[in-house]
Amino acid sequence: MHSGIARALFELLSSMRFAIALLTILSIASVVGTVVRQNEPFNAYLNQFGPFWFPVFEKLGLYSVYNAGWFLVILAFLVLSTTLCIVRQTAPMLREMRSFRERAREASLRSFAHRASLVPAVPEADAVARAQAYLAHAGFASRVADNGEGTLLAARQGSAGRIGYFLAHGAIVLICVGGLLDGNLPLRLQVWLGDKHTTAGNQLIADIPESARLGTGNPSFRGDVFIPEGRTTSFAVLGLGDGILLQELPFNVALDKFHIEHYENGMPKRFASDIRVTDRSSGETTRHTIEVNHPLTVDGITLYQSSFEDGGSKLAIRARSLLPGRPGVLREIEGVVGESLAFGDAAAGFAYTLEFTDFKAFNVEDMSGTRAAEGEEGEAAARGMDKLQRHLGSGAKGSEVRDLRNIGPSFTFKLRDAAGQAREFHNYMLPIEQDGRWFLYTGLRDAQADAFRYMRIPLDEDGRVDAWFAIRDRLLDPAQRDTLVGRFAARSFPAGRGQDAMRAALVQSARQTLGLFAEKGYETLGGFIEQSVPEAERGQAADVLVRILQGLAFEAWALHRESAGEPAPELNPARATFLNDSIAAISDSHFYGAPAWLQLDGFEERHATVLQATRSPGLPLVYLGALLLVLGVFAMLYIRERRLFVLVKPNEALVAMSSNRRALDVDETFRQHVEGLAAVLGAPVPASDLREGA
Amino acid sequence: MEIARPAPAPSPTPTGPAPAHPLPGVLPAALPPRTPLMRRLDAFDWLYALALVLGAAFALVRYHPVMDVYDDLILVLHVPVLAVIGWHWKPFRAFLAAVALLALASIALYQGELARAEQTFLLKYLISSQTAIMWMSALIFIATGAYWLGLVGRSDFGERTGSALTWIAATMGTTGLFVRWYESYLLGPEIGHIPISNLYEVFVLFALMTALLYLYYEGRYATRRMGAFVMIVISAAVAFLLWYTFTRDAHEIQPLIPALQSYWMKVHVPTNFIGYGAFAVSAMVGTAYLLAERGILATRLPTLRVLEDVMYKAIAIGFAFFTIATILGALWAAEAWGTYWQWDPKETWALIVWLNYATWLHMRLTKGLRGAVLAWWAVVGLLVTTFAFVGVNMFLTGLHSYGAL
Repeated sequence: MHSGIARALFELLSSMRFAIALLTILSIASVVGTVVRQNEPFNAYLNQFGPFWFPVFEKLGLYSVYNAGWFLVILAFLVLSTTLCIVRQTAPMLREMRSFRERAREASLRSFAHRASLVPAVPEADAVARAQAYLAHAGFASRVADNGEGTLLAARQGSAGRIGYFLAHGAIVLICVGGLLDGNLPLRLQVWLGDKHTTAGNQLIADIPESARLGTGNPSFRGDVFIPEGRTTSFAVLGLGDGILLQELPFNVALDKFHIEHYENGMPKRFASDIRVTDRSSGETTRHTIEVNHPLTVDGITLYQSSFEDGGSKLAIRARSLLPGRPGVLREIEGVVGESLAFGDAAAGFAYTLEFTDFKAFNVEDMSGTRAAEGEEGEAAARGMDKLQRHLGSGAKGSEVRDLRNIGPSFTFKLRDAAGQAREFHNYMLPIEQDGRWFLYTGLRDAQADAFRYMRIPLDEDGRVDAWFAIRDRLLDPAQRDTLVGRFAARSFPAGRGQDAMRAALVQSARQTLGLFAEKGYETLGGFIEQSVPEAERGQAADVLVRILQGLAFEAWALHRESAGEPAPELNPARATFLNDSIAAISDSHFYGAPAWLQLDGFEERHATVLQATRSPGLPLVYLGALLLVLGVFAMLYIRERRLFVLVKPNEALVAMSSNRRALDVDETFRQHVEGLAAVLGAPVPASDLREGA
Repeated sequence: MEIARPAPAPSPTPTGPAPAHPLPGVLPAALPPRTPLMRRLDAFDWLYALALVLGAAFALVRYHPVMDVYDDLILVLHVPVLAVIGWHWKPFRAFLAAVALLALASIALYQGELARAEQTFLLKYLISSQTAIMWMSALIFIATGAYWLGLVGRSDFGERTGSALTWIAATMGTTGLFVRWYESYLLGPEIGHIPISNLYEVFVLFALMTALLYLYYEGRYATRRMGAFVMIVISAAVAFLLWYTFTRDAHEIQPLIPALQSYWMKVHVPTNFIGYGAFAVSAMVGTAYLLAERGILATRLPTLRVLEDVMYKAIAIGFAFFTIATILGALWAAEAWGTYWQWDPKETWALIVWLNYATWLHMRLTKGLRGAVLAWWAVVGLLVTTFAFVGVNMFLTGLHSYGAL
């Protein structure tokens, strides 16, 4: 009874049905793993799936499918199943390979699909010898047996194809075992069985407890080595679930310089790290350069160029106030990327933590989008043959004109308030040209998943940003409103011309416009119009308000220039555009959500390289498995096993052939052999079709 | 119906005792000669091999500075591989010769200046890379029509025309890729690279690889009747290619990002496309099988046995090469990304494709399954393969994103 169950279990596990069922589950699970992005920060999943499904999917291991327990169990079963299949097949297959089947009976030969009856012209003994010689000549190994019905020549070739079976299936086992050794299973076993525990990633190396550190003896790992320029490290960080482990390396790695090179079109061309590796036991130091596709192996650990980050670039920053009534520079800041500092002002009533998150010295962007309007006409004109013409010739040119430009350095930072809420900003250092006007771009977003929304601060005709700040301050500061409104009204209706009443009305409207604009810019103005103006007159009313705003902005600008001792500007189209851009940016600035605009004045760039350090004990197994797999697949598919039987009787030679592949070429091969045998035996070639059911 | 020669028998390894009487004098002269490949070669075969050796030697000497030792090795290994292909499949010799002549003519016309693509008539309208690829596209469409005319109208002429046009299309496409390779170096020595680095380039590769595989089976089974079906999938690929060119300007040569700067690309990508091409052929022949089985076009298509055999042969060769390609990819990944397998979506889908065809082969070879089920399976297999080839790049993100749309 007991052995009956064991037998049945063996049958099940080693059956192909079972293996195919496992493969199907494995495939479906793999598909899930390609749809759900793997190994992202848990926050990202929480955002994506919501609080209900997040823990469910976490339990199912969907964030790391290929390392999930159940996935590994399926893999283990597959290995087991394949192994048992090999065990089960070995004995019969070896028997089959060795056997000539020389006991085959005439009746069974006559039932073969490929069979032919020849009438030899030579005596029986001679026929046997000739047929045997033919078989040897045709590459068959053969045996002679007298089976009572005549002399049977049992021949076979291509049995080596069956070795392919062992090679290919053994290879699967080798590859799976090797893969398991190199996956994170060994690491997790250490966590489960040993006293190791993962720890949070955001702490100093010195603070990481002993229980989260792995010694240099760890046989299998894959982790990131983060090294800023000019620093040295001897650790790799291994991620496991939502935590990390610290892997000690047997050597120190110092980064001398990190190289980034770009092609002209801004695509990355080369990432390389000049490193020094110091063996801790011998104290020997060697220099190397690691590049993508050019790794380095030291002490059985291979180091790869994985990525790069900012390694603590120094930023010189001026915080230009956006607080109404407090123009000027709030503070000069020396920032370091990756660090944070307190940014507050008790008088102005704000207190933030300023976190510098990234710096980029180059930003190559396609600026052709700004010319889309002109380009479109040209595109529309190219139709039919013209369009085809554009796509003939070399592959070196596109038909679109792309305008790739380096738009200079940029940095990102977060302003975190006392409640822990952070808003992220992305500021460019240099102005960017659009349609002949120059702007400073500053982007903001509330969540990591959002795209940055950009505010464009216009530069005045001398390329300075001060004018915009001055106009903004005068437009938004209630204390300066009367002066501004007064000047504006006086310019529109100069005194002494009997227009006092109109002037007073204008003062009234201008004051109201400014008041509304100072609240939330165009948004409050729009709301006001919608509420108080009948629909038919709204367009006109909006026109009036915009014109008032333009006039006020012009006065603000004039005041600013006068205070700087410069002549008041004469209005011209370019200046009008500048004023419009300024008003738009001031309106946007109501939603900027920061007390200041951080202007980057200077920087000292410092890269950090991220290398990957791996020790893969399974690698030789996997590579051997891969080699065997290829050999096995080709042997199985392309070495054709054929068995040819010639039963020589006094007046007949019965020829029959079997093959493990019922492909079309078997027919042709059989025909050739029958013809060949007929020739050596001096027999006429049978005219009949040699194969059933053709 | 003529079936081509069986493959030469592998040398046997006798496991039993040696035959009792070798009897050397017994074999009469009438015995059909066992002709090993080498003895079947004619003067043209040797001329072809000589041209390959000389061509490779010239390339080695001329372009040595821009190749590393692995590039050299790959080049040298191409000589015996291409020689054997040409010896087994005679039309391939003429094809390769035509490609070589056209590509060299194009290079000669360029005289090292990209601008000549616009000035020289032959370059602009025949053998600059883009023009050659456009010719390939047009010829593929016309060939498809010719094959269908031949099939539906039972016209031998139509089928012959289709076959000839497909050969010319493959020649133009291959020439286009070789010239594109050269043009990329004209853009700048640092930009130059083999044109199999993005989705546009591999679609050209897919079209001509599938065409060549089909033409091989056409010769081997001596029937042009499957062309109408196989050309559909090639036409679809070309239609995509044209859309991609005209709306996305995908044909513009881009430099290689660091991850792709490796000799591995030269072997990994083409091997993969032998697999994809063969799977595409099997699916289209499977479609023909399913129709013929229902009596549609049954009298015009080859017999079910032939269709099934081609389907099996295509999947077998595709599977073998896809296995190699995936392994080559793993070896490359180990060098570029630090691990031979990391369940990147492209890798995972490659595994799914591999498992799918592995199961197909098991079903046929071990379980003895035949007929419509396998044909349906081959058709569905192409859908899975297409997703692995294009879908992953469109819908999923991962390390293979340089193939993105």
